[in-house]
Amino acid sequence: MTLTVSLPAADRDPEGGAVSTALATVLGARQDDPRSVPPFQLIDEDGEPTALGVSIGIDLNLAQEMHADMVLARRLDSEALALQRQGELHLWLMSWGQEAAQVGSVRAVRDSDMIFPSYREHAVALCRRIAPADIMRQWRGVSHSGWDPAESKVHINSLVLGTQTLHATGYAAGVRMDRSDDVVLTYFGDGSASQGDVNEALNWAAAGSLPVLFFCQNNQWAISTPTHTQMRTPLHVRAAGFGVTGYHVDGNDAMAVHAVTQYAAEQVRGGAGPALIEAQTYRLAGHSSSDDPKRYRTEDDLAAWLKKDPIVRLERFLRRAGVEDAHFEDLAAREEAFAATVREQCKALRGDDLAAVFDQTYAEAHPVMDREKAEFLGRRDRTVA
Amino acid sequence: MTTTYSLGAAINAGLRAAMAGDDKVVVMGEDVGTLGGVFRVTDGLVGEFGADRVVDTPLAESGIVGTAIGLALRGYRPVCEIQFDGFVYPAFDQIVSQLAKMRARSRGRLSLPVVIRIPVGGGIGAVEHHSESNEAYFAHTAGLRVVSCSNPDDAFHMIQQAIASDDPVIFYEPKRRYWDKGEVSTEPTRSLHEAAVLREGSDCTLVAHGPTVATALAAADAAREDGFSIGVVDLRSLSPLDVPTLRKVAAESHRMVVVHEASTFLGIGAEIAATVTESCFYDLEAPVLRVGAYNLPYPPAHMENDFLPDIDRVLEAVETSLNF
Ligand SMILES: Cc1ncc(C[n+]2csc(CCOP(=O)(O)OP(=O)(O)O)c2C)c(N)n1
Ligand SMILES: [Mg+2]
Repeated sequence: MTLTVSLPAADRDPEGGAVSTALATVLGARQDDPRSVPPFQLIDEDGEPTALGVSIGIDLNLAQEMHADMVLARRLDSEALALQRQGELHLWLMSWGQEAAQVGSVRAVRDSDMIFPSYREHAVALCRRIAPADIMRQWRGVSHSGWDPAESKVHINSLVLGTQTLHATGYAAGVRMDRSDDVVLTYFGDGSASQGDVNEALNWAAAGSLPVLFFCQNNQWAISTPTHTQMRTPLHVRAAGFGVTGYHVDGNDAMAVHAVTQYAAEQVRGGAGPALIEAQTYRLAGHSSSDDPKRYRTEDDLAAWLKKDPIVRLERFLRRAGVEDAHFEDLAAREEAFAATVREQCKALRGDDLAAVFDQTYAEAHPVMDREKAEFLGRRDRTVA
Repeated sequence: MTTTYSLGAAINAGLRAAMAGDDKVVVMGEDVGTLGGVFRVTDGLVGEFGADRVVDTPLAESGIVGTAIGLALRGYRPVCEIQFDGFVYPAFDQIVSQLAKMRARSRGRLSLPVVIRIPVGGGIGAVEHHSESNEAYFAHTAGLRVVSCSNPDDAFHMIQQAIASDDPVIFYEPKRRYWDKGEVSTEPTRSLHEAAVLREGSDCTLVAHGPTVATALAAADAAREDGFSIGVVDLRSLSPLDVPTLRKVAAESHRMVVVHEASTFLGIGAEIAATVTESCFYDLEAPVLRVGAYNLPYPPAHMENDFLPDIDRVLEAVETSLNF
């Protein structure tokens, strides 16, 4: 099994890039207004730069790279879903439709900035060069986690909703005590924003003025529960009540997400205290491979959001900007090769044996582990014999 | 008269009957309305009783239980759904310090008729936090009643009895048995906290609850083929335990093996072993043995068959007991 693949984000800037003065002026002014503001947008749904896009400017190279990352992330999703249907994965949670929110944000921070994800951030993982095998491991049922957080600077997934935001906050306290200028980025969903943990984290980070960047992918749904059942005040407004700077961005506009994240990260890095970005996006698939969204949402709702597809939008923009067919053809070939790698890596995945868990549960020797491991091995040998 | 239901559908029917019988009964939880719950246990209830009584809550377990307590103080009888066993812990304080203690704290003035339904246990190939057996935490807490159903008939009646109880009840539903079908009678045959002797045995008795009752029955069948008479008791109630029944079968079969999915350390099996040993020491031919999961965090799905007690592990314990 080979783990070296052509991962997305090969060319990305490990520093997350620098904020332009034009961007700083616009976003700085918006944050003075505590009321709900329309989501920040640089490219509209037809792929046209907005007035702000024109005045601030759009980096074509970056747009091309992010487009490629998003295409590969989406391919991982469709391959993984197919693998789930074939019984190769137990479960898969698609990030279909949320690629811009994920790619745009992760590419705007530094490689040294620690990330605390939820469980749907496959595009984030890919951008941090995590191998598809390591992303799928958990969903194949062979492990509770995939990658090594020390290597990727992405913590393992948190499935108990919202818990990771407190971990990120504590990690950020450590970052500050270490006098590092790293930022800690944590992802959570609109539904998770109802958990006490998330609200404790926001308050805690604000009270301590900690370098945390909270990133909420508001994909409009928590399984079957729509956002308006969770809250009356939009999250980017709620943030202000905690003393956390709130940003509102079109989560399907990769360039806007990148710009806002870059700016917010720079503020947080500079000691301004925590910030929260609410990215408006949409979960185009069901909650997971086990969910049937037809039970609770209309085709119209879905159709309206399909029109805002982040990848289609960016491709339109790139074509308008004169990016040649050859680029898209190259990308299509890269995508096919990537898909083959995903399938191959998935099928080659094998997990530990239960015996390993006895060694992994405690850091120090524990008599119950020793005794029960011996019992387990005895039983296994008897079965084999 | 009987009807055939799956276990999940039987709970659904029980909830419907309770709601129809008492308009103070409300159902609340994540995705319980339009979706009907991730296991469809509350399917159709919102259409029948409306969104005031079948509430899709914000995503917050502490909030679900905490507000259920408030509703109960106001005279309602909330039935909370916790989506999966591993997601009950955010509500731990509300259950253990608030729900369980309110009556004693108020010197008996305030009763909290709240039911907390929890799909429990493994065996469905789920990802982490979706397969846990955490009954011992709650059974350890004075002020809570804890019950565990294993079949559709019990599911139908026990959910109604739990709702009728003036005390808080933790109601466990064996998720890997949701789709098992069985006959459901119109009248309950037992009260909520009675154990059921499913099979009499003179050599040894298996004591199980929830998802492992079927395992115990299968093990008893296998042992019978080898000429042993093995009894099976379905506990049904974990707090309080039906001690008289346990004592009786222990005295009759002289050997006892407790089977549960939870880890053995400080589990229900340990409590039963102690109780039975204390009260019928001289009737026993062997120590009460426990068969449970290893004392590990619930492992990844591909290891769960090695982790969970199965028929072989039950038979291994029966053999140890018989040879003692
Ligand atoms: C504490 C907790 N409660 C319930 C669940 C079950 N659950 C898993 S995902 C989910 C919805 C999450 O919605 P959101 O936070 O918006 O994230 P999304 O799935 O939309 O990405 C629920 C209820 C859980 N994982 N953790
Ligand atoms: Mg959501």
